[in-house]
Amino acid sequence: MRYLPLTRADRAAMLETIGASSVEELYCDVPDGALLDAPVDLPSHLGEMQVERDMQALAAKNIGASSVPSFLGAGAYRHHVPATVDYVIQRGEFLTAYTPYQPEIAQGTLQYLFEFQTQVASITGMDVANASMWDGATSCAEAVLMACRATRRKKAVLSGGLHPHYREVTETYCQYSDTEVAGRDGNPEQQATVEELGELIDDQTACVVVQYPDVFGRIQDHTRLADLCHAKGALLVVVFTEAVAFGAIKSPGSFGADIVCGEGQSIGNALNYGGPYVGLFATTQKLVRQMPGRLCGETVDQDGKRGFVLTLSTREQHIRREKATSNICTNSGLCSLAFTVHMSLLGEDGYRRLATLNHENACKAADAIDAVPGASVVNDSFFNEFTVKLTKPAAEVVEALVAEGVLGGVPLSRLYPNRSDLDNYLLVAVTETNTDEDIAALAAALKEALA
Amino acid sequence: MTFATHTGNRGLVLEEKLIFEQGQPDRTGVDLPEPKGTKSRLGGLDRESDVGLPGLSEPQVVRHFTRLSQKNFGIDSGFFPLGSCTMKHNPRLNEKVARLPGLADLHPMQPESTVQGALELIDTCAHWLLVLTGMPAVSMSPAAGAQGELCGMMAIRAALDARGENRRRVLVPESAHGTNPATAAACGFTVDSIPATEDGRVDLAAFEAKLGDDVAGIMLTNPNTCGLFERDVRKIADLVHAAGGYFYCDGANFNAIVGRVRPADLGIDAMHINLHKTFSTPHGGGGPGSGPVVFSEALAPYAPIPYVVRNENGFHLVETADENDGMKPFGRLKGFHGQMGMFIRALTYMKSHGADGLRQASGDAVLNANYLLARLKEKLSVAFPGYCMHEALFDDSFLKDTGVSTLDLAKAIIDEGFHPMTMYFPLVVHGALLIEPTETETKESIDQFCDAVLSLVAKAESGDAEFFKNAPYLTPRRRLDETAAARKPVLRWQPETA
Repeated sequence: MRYLPLTRADRAAMLETIGASSVEELYCDVPDGALLDAPVDLPSHLGEMQVERDMQALAAKNIGASSVPSFLGAGAYRHHVPATVDYVIQRGEFLTAYTPYQPEIAQGTLQYLFEFQTQVASITGMDVANASMWDGATSCAEAVLMACRATRRKKAVLSGGLHPHYREVTETYCQYSDTEVAGRDGNPEQQATVEELGELIDDQTACVVVQYPDVFGRIQDHTRLADLCHAKGALLVVVFTEAVAFGAIKSPGSFGADIVCGEGQSIGNALNYGGPYVGLFATTQKLVRQMPGRLCGETVDQDGKRGFVLTLSTREQHIRREKATSNICTNSGLCSLAFTVHMSLLGEDGYRRLATLNHENACKAADAIDAVPGASVVNDSFFNEFTVKLTKPAAEVVEALVAEGVLGGVPLSRLYPNRSDLDNYLLVAVTETNTDEDIAALAAALKEALA
Repeated sequence: MTFATHTGNRGLVLEEKLIFEQGQPDRTGVDLPEPKGTKSRLGGLDRESDVGLPGLSEPQVVRHFTRLSQKNFGIDSGFFPLGSCTMKHNPRLNEKVARLPGLADLHPMQPESTVQGALELIDTCAHWLLVLTGMPAVSMSPAAGAQGELCGMMAIRAALDARGENRRRVLVPESAHGTNPATAAACGFTVDSIPATEDGRVDLAAFEAKLGDDVAGIMLTNPNTCGLFERDVRKIADLVHAAGGYFYCDGANFNAIVGRVRPADLGIDAMHINLHKTFSTPHGGGGPGSGPVVFSEALAPYAPIPYVVRNENGFHLVETADENDGMKPFGRLKGFHGQMGMFIRALTYMKSHGADGLRQASGDAVLNANYLLARLKEKLSVAFPGYCMHEALFDDSFLKDTGVSTLDLAKAIIDEGFHPMTMYFPLVVHGALLIEPTETETKESIDQFCDAVLSLVAKAESGDAEFFKNAPYLTPRRRLDETAAARKPVLRWQPETA
C-alpha cells in the first residue's frame, strides 16, 4: 500500500524491540470475540489510477453548476475563484498543519488568521471577528446562544427573512438549553415592519435575528430595529449569506448591530455541494469575551518581535469544559485561508467592483425575467438575488429548465416544504460568473416553461 | 554565527508584514470588467464609506502567502506526532478528486436529478462507515467531531424525551477531551466525572456506583485519550444499558482499530468518526473537519435531517422532518447536507486502502506507537503499564529535579526539527506527553525522533535547565508572550491614528 512505509523487516525488528510476537498481541485488551481475524466485507485496495477513474465516474453522473447557465443561490453562491487561491491553500505547510498549538512554528497560520479576522471585521463594520465557525447556519445558532449568555435572557426572536436552514439549526441548538425561539413566518410579498418585530420583544428577549439581505433577497435598513432592541435590553444579530454584498451595501455595523455572522463561502470557496464552508462571526469589543470559537491575537516573542498566538482560550472547551462558551474545537481553517487569499487579491477596489458587477448582472437578469410572460420579480430591492413569482409551481419549472440545460434557481418549496402558498416562487441568484448569454438562455427557457 | 541583518531576514527565514501594511490604494490582484453604471436597486443602502481593505497585486499576494507558509510546520514538513490529532499523510489524490468538475462545482440546492452521482457518493461513503463500524445507521451531516458529539447526544436526549424520561446526568471520564463535557452541557445535561484507575481506564466500581435512574448515558472515548483500549468496554455498555442509559462513544481514536474491531461489537449506541483523523482529510491549520455519527437501532430514528435514501427513482435526499414515517429527527445541525468535500476525500482514501489496507493502517499505527513507547521508556516515565494503542502517553516524573517542564522539552524538540507531541493532555496525567506517530511514518523517522528526545532528556538530566527554558532558538519566532496577548487582546490590525 503506497501510503504505508513499514517493510516486513521493519515490522519484525520493531516487534522484537517491543517484545511482542505479533501485532495481534498488541490488541490483547480487546474483549474476546471482538477482534476480527480477517478484513471486513469491503473491496480491496486500489491503485491511484483506478480510484481516480471510479471517482470520475461518480462525478460524471452530476451536472456541475459551472457547466451550464446556473442561477442558484439561497445561501451558496458561485463566484470566480482566482487560481492563486487554490495554489496557496494546497501548499503543504498550510494544508497539512493543524490548529496552531505551538505558535513558534505556526506563525503562518496565525498571521493569516489575524488578517482574516481584520478582513471580516472590516467588511461587517464590527470591532472584532473570530477565526471562523463551521458555516453560516451554525454561526447564527452560536450567535443566539452568545446573546443569551451576554444578556442572561432565554428568548430569541427570528425574523421571517431568515434562511430556513439557519432557523432550523438555531432551533435545534436551542431546544435543549431552555431557550425559546419565537419569530414570524417569511413572506416574499410582505416584509415585517420594525414595529411588528418589536412586538415580539419582551423582557426575556436576548436578541432579534435579521438577515441582510434577507432570504428573499430584500435589503432593509435595520438602524431603527437596533435602537428598539437596545432600548429593550436585547441585542441585534445581523445574519448574512452572501459576503460579497458588503462591497455594495452599508455594513451591518453601521446599523448598530451587536453580532454580525454568516456564510463566507462566496469568497474563495467552491460550492462543494454544501460544504465545507466557513462561518464568519464578528461582534463588538464589549462582547468579545462572550464569543465562541478560536481567536488569534497579537503579542511579542521573547526577543521583542511581533508575533501571533491563539488567545482568550479560557472561554473554550479545552480549558472550561462544561462551562465553555461553545463546544466548538476545530473550525474552518483552510476555508478561512481561501477567504483571506481571495480577499487579499480583491482589495478595496476589487471587492467593491465585484459587488457592483454582481448587482448589475442581477439587475440585467431581473429585467429579462420581468419581460417573460408569467414571471414577475417580487423584490423592490435586492443585491444579487431576488424572488420571482411564476404562474406555475416553481419546482416543476426548475425541472423543465434542467431539460433545457439551465439551472434556473431554487424553488421556495425546497426551502419551505410545508408552505404551499410559496409553491409558485422561485429564488434567482446572479453573479459575475453569469454572462449575457446565460441570462438570455434563462429567459428563453423560462418563457418556454411558462407558456 | 549570529549577526543582525539590515532587513531582519535571516536567509530563507523572511520577515513578512501584514497585508494591511503593504497595500496601496491603486493596486489590485484581480482584473474585473468596468461596471456600466446601472442604476442601483439596493434599497437606498448603497455603501458610501471605504471598507478598509488594502490593495495588492497578484505577485505580492503569492509571495505574501508563500512566505507565511514557510513559517508553518505541517505533516509535509516533517514528523508531527501530535497525540490525539492523528497527523498522518494527506494523499494528494484526495485533493485532486475533490476538485473534479462535477464534484467541486455542485450547488447544494440543485435538483436531485442533476446530482445523482453526489448522492451516490455520500451513500457509498456512508456504506463504508457502516461496514467498518458494524452499525445500522449513520448521519453524515455533522461538520466536525465536536458537532458529531452534539449529534449523538441530541439523539440520546430525543430518545429519552420520547420515552418520557427526564434523565439529565451524563457520566464522563476525567480523561475525556474537553468537547465531551462541553457538548453534554450544550444538550442540557449535567456532567458527572468518573475517575480513572491506576492503569488508565474507567474505574468500573466507581462507574457502577454512579449509575442510577437519572443517568442519560456515558460518553466514553475508546481507545481512550490515554491511548489505551478500555478492557471493560462491554461491561460498561451492559451496565449503562441495564440502568436505562445510552453509550456514546467518542470515536476520535477509531484510527487505532479500524478494520480490526467493529464498535457495534462493543455495545455502543452512537459514535462520531473524525474523517480528518481516521480517514486523513487534511487538518488544514484547524479545519474543516467532518464528524459523521453512526447509530444503533435504538437511536437511529432520531438522526437529524438531511439524509440520503435510495428508492425506485434512484437516490433521494430527505430534507424535512416529517417526510419519512419511521423517523423522528431531532432537527438540523448545519446548513445544506454536510461536509461533501470531506466525504469525497475520505472515500478516496478508503477506496485507496481497501478493507485490507485499512486493517494494515491501524496495525501499523499501533505497531509504530508501541515501538516508540519501547524505545522511549528507558528514559521517559510511561504513564500506564502494558501495550498502548495508536499513541504513547508519558508523565513528567522523568523530568523531576531537572528544572525542565514538559513545555520546555517540547520547545527544545521544535529546534530538533519535529513538531512536538501533545502536551498536558489528558489531564489525568501530570505534565502529560502524548505521542502519536501514525502509520505513515517510517521506522527511520521514529528512530531519529526517539534518538533526539533521548539526547534532550540526557541534556536535561545533566542540569542544563537554562537551555530548555529559552528554547526554541531556531524558529521564525521564539516563545511568545501569551499572557500579554490575553491581558490586552489585540485581535485585528488598526490603521495608525494621529
